[in-house]
Amino acid sequence: MVIILLFILWESASRVFEIPEWLIPSPSQVWEEGIAGWAVYNHHLYSTILLTVTGFLIGSSVGIIVAILLHVIPIFRNMFYPLIIFSQNIPIIVLAPLLVIWFGFGMLPKLIIITLVCFFPIAVSTMDGLRQTSTELLHYMKMAGATKRQTFWKLEWPHALPSLFSGLKISATYSVMGAVISEWLGAKEGIGVYMTLASSSFRTDRVFVAIFLIMLLSLLFFALITLIEKRVVAWKTKGVETNG
Amino acid sequence: MAELTLQNVSKSFDNQPILSDINLSVGNEEFVSVLGPSGSGKSTLFNLIGGLYQPNQGEITLDGDTITGTRGSISYMPQSPSLFPWRTIVENVMLGSEIIGKTDKRAALSMLDRAGLSGYENAYPHQLSGGMKQRAAFVRSLLSPQPLICLDEPFSALDEFTRLEMQKWLLDLWSEHKRSVLFVTHNIEESLFLSDRVVVLSERPATVQREFQVPFPRPREESLLLSEEMLRWKREIYQELKGTIQ
Ligand SMILES: Nc1ncnc2c1ncn2[C@@H]1O[C@H](COP(=O)(O)OP(=O)(O)O)[C@@H](O)[C@H]1O
Ligand SMILES: [Mg+2]
Repeated sequence: MVIILLFILWESASRVFEIPEWLIPSPSQVWEEGIAGWAVYNHHLYSTILLTVTGFLIGSSVGIIVAILLHVIPIFRNMFYPLIIFSQNIPIIVLAPLLVIWFGFGMLPKLIIITLVCFFPIAVSTMDGLRQTSTELLHYMKMAGATKRQTFWKLEWPHALPSLFSGLKISATYSVMGAVISEWLGAKEGIGVYMTLASSSFRTDRVFVAIFLIMLLSLLFFALITLIEKRVVAWKTKGVETNG
Repeated sequence: MAELTLQNVSKSFDNQPILSDINLSVGNEEFVSVLGPSGSGKSTLFNLIGGLYQPNQGEITLDGDTITGTRGSISYMPQSPSLFPWRTIVENVMLGSEIIGKTDKRAALSMLDRAGLSGYENAYPHQLSGGMKQRAAFVRSLLSPQPLICLDEPFSALDEFTRLEMQKWLLDLWSEHKRSVLFVTHNIEESLFLSDRVVVLSERPATVQREFQVPFPRPREESLLLSEEMLRWKREIYQELKGTIQ
């Protein structure tokens, strides 16, 4: 609702004040370019989606595996937890050119950037989820004679899932940003490239198309994760309406 | 077969003695209650039998085998139901047997039916009332393969009416599926109503102060709770707990 209102305000403002298109295009102009320019940008879009999804999958796998390792082996936890926090303080913008120097302009540095961006929220949320396992249930598992492995798979892991998913949702949106930033460093195609080209030729309408594409992509990605989450942690909502 | 014995078991935390020289036994298919005030170390006793800690001294045996410090040799029902929220009721009640070995879904379903939980097999714990959750937790301990069940104040969180219902229900189910039971409670009436023998723990550090053989025949009816004899026994145990026998 608020968004629609904002669009109406923006549209009327650009008409009333006759703001030139190269400065700020009106929503209708952006919309027209979005439709008409499909042939121009669709391969950029596919490229970015591919990069985002690949990077996200790698980043979240690494995040989850590291979280599990740190949880299961307490010595690792004390050793590496500060390092993980520290790594998050290295600005990606600074790191990115270095990665290009080391790994060139191929897929690898881009995937590393997205992985770095995704890794942190997922690792931390998974670790928190594992650590906050109910002590009552842990006590039951011990009394029942469960092995470490059983305790992990039957209790700690399912308990961490809701927390893990909140990490995944944050990372999903981050990973789109990560992909675009990595494309700015130098790429043959992608929304980042499309955006750079558009702004250097003063096609402000296309810049806005790119911005909306990025937002749309983040939103879709977020929705997809939410959908998967609903299926995986179905027990949370199931039967609430039937039994009160 | 299941015979549990505790011999001279002592346990301290941070040099503070909690349990001191406990001697206790549960015979085959016997229902024994351990009665003691809150904080006297009843749960600690269970943790020792469950093998979570090593006692500072003493030995625990089950059917002649030493189980001191060994986990998984008893079936356990905690004070809170401790059902897993992401498991359906039938999946929950099979957990104990799943950990130790094989599960038998058909047995689980028929036991749930017997426990008055039919129709809730595929529900999640949050859909059940407090009493129903406790019933599910008890079914879980009955379905676990271990021959001795340890129940840690399972009904203390329930209201008076639900508690009585649950006690009668427990006796019913237990008489059908006889197992050795060690039942911890701070409720005198509950211990008398349910068990064959009551073991009274003293204040800190807890020792076995006295044991009572409960004379009431089985099956036990609700009317027993209001009988003269019950009152007499309650008084006697109460005074024993107070340590003020005339
Ligand atoms: N792991 C532990 N570490 C230190 N103190 C403990 C531990 N477990 C129990 N205690 C202490 O032992 C005493 C008895 O506790 P508990 O066995 O839970 O009593 P009850 O079950 O009879 O209410 C309490 O004072 C508690 O603080
Ligand atoms: Mg207790």
